[in-house]
Amino acid sequence: MDFLRATSWAEALRMKADRPDATPVQGGTDVMVEINLDKGRPAALLDLTPVTELTEWSAESGNIRIGAGVTYTRIIAELADRLPGLAQASRTVGSPQIRNRGTVAGNLGAASPAGDSHPPLLATGAIVEAESVDGLRMIPIGDYYTGVKRNALAANELIRAVHVPVRQGPQYFSKIGTRNAMVIAVCSFGLALNVAERTAGTGIGSAAPTPRRAVEAEAFLAENWNPGDPEVGRRFGELVAAAAAPIDDVRGSRDYRVHALAVMARRTLGWAWEEHRRTS
Amino acid sequence: MRVHVTVNGAQMTADDVWPGESLLYVLRERLGLPGAKNACEQGECGSCTVYLDGVPVCACLVAAGQAEGREVRTVEGLASGAGELDAVQEAFVECGAVQCGFCTPGLIVQAHSLIAAHDGVPPDAEIREHLAGNLCRCTGYEKILDAVRLAARRKAGQ
Ligand SMILES: Cc1cc2nc3c(=O)[nH]c(=O)nc-3n(C[C@H](O)[C@H](O)[C@H](O)COP(=O)(O)OP(=O)(O)OC[C@H]3O[C@@H](n4cnc5c(N)ncnc54)[C@H](O)[C@@H]3O)c2cc1C
Ligand code: FES
Ligand code: FES
Repeated sequence: MDFLRATSWAEALRMKADRPDATPVQGGTDVMVEINLDKGRPAALLDLTPVTELTEWSAESGNIRIGAGVTYTRIIAELADRLPGLAQASRTVGSPQIRNRGTVAGNLGAASPAGDSHPPLLATGAIVEAESVDGLRMIPIGDYYTGVKRNALAANELIRAVHVPVRQGPQYFSKIGTRNAMVIAVCSFGLALNVAERTAGTGIGSAAPTPRRAVEAEAFLAENWNPGDPEVGRRFGELVAAAAAPIDDVRGSRDYRVHALAVMARRTLGWAWEEHRRTS
Repeated sequence: MRVHVTVNGAQMTADDVWPGESLLYVLRERLGLPGAKNACEQGECGSCTVYLDGVPVCACLVAAGQAEGREVRTVEGLASGAGELDAVQEAFVECGAVQCGFCTPGLIVQAHSLIAAHDGVPPDAEIREHLAGNLCRCTGYEKILDAVRLAARRKAGQ
């Protein structure tokens, strides 16, 4: 195994072009587990942590551009006001030590259906900024997840940043697990209201081969913009559950996940509407 | 490969490092610092917690090469001198927060980072949240919480 140490973004892109078989490593909270437990042995590790360009975030035309090296801890501390959904999801990741190292870019690289950043990224319509020596690509989050633990990145591409729209209303993230800390989601749900446009974005986690939106639920809500009506909330929950395609596995059954999603969708919509009424 | 890292204030060099090796392995097996413990190697237990550039992390999940040129502080480096104890270590001893001791170094470093960031005594919910990534199979955690509160109270001069 080789260890490649990129000290600038340009060097990282060159290294990835020369060695498309190299596994990028940021926080290492996925990569190192695989190596330690001998689940896979990369041909090379491409360390991105020395690349200082990646450790910053910036506000750009209604979006926050989060560099690939920004940790969950920093998202929670620095971006909770503008990206409440992503910050809530970040708070549920692993433990403080994991959040001190783990990144959204790493979550996207792993593309696990259970990754906690995916539902808020889907709900807000985030964009993945990927780059290679061939150029830059802005990948809409809906096109990014291509299969179980598979993503749209080319072999020579790296994630530079993720662009997340600033909140346009209340946002909530809800996750089912067996305890409060250190749990992979049994299933999860992210909701982002856009109050001015009378629309809502959704994201379902851990209940289909990839994270996905509940498109029909979003359309139903836009046509019946009365989120405070219990009947609308109930139907919204049903449609979210119908958008999922979960399996039975060690963490939960298919039926449980479908039921839990309907409940989480209804409740998060209730919380979001309640917050909207309280604050407007 | 060779890795240069500052550990507890001393510049150290580890040779013949395998590129897939963890910082934890380098500390324990190559640099003779067995304080950080190896229990799970998958980030679940926190017994390997060390400071990396001042931030507590699981040393088992840091690739050795990622520590190149960085500063590591382990449980061995908390006290000010040989034969002395740091205030958090002292509180653990006094409160009986140590049984088999395997989780203790990780918990001490993680608790140390909480107390360092606080002027007063953190609320219980915050202590629990901060220690949520550190597992202990012996104590039932109550005495550990006692120790953290004691160390925090002393630091606050209460
Ligand atoms: C104890 C423990 C608990 C956890 N709990 C949770 C949890 O609750 N929720 C959750 O979602 N996840 C959890 N995880 C998984 C992991 O922490 C997250 O997926 C995290 O976001 C990974 O980020 P990282 O920076 O550590 O990624 P790394 O391990 O460095 O990389 C992960 C993947 O992304 C790729 N990658 C990294 N950076 C880039 C880049 N810039 N461009 C392209 N590819 C890249 C890597 O090659 C690899 O395939 C947990 C892990 C552990 C060990
Ligand atoms: S040995 Fe590192 S977290 Fe368990
Ligand atoms: S004292 Fe034995 S594991 Fe904590």
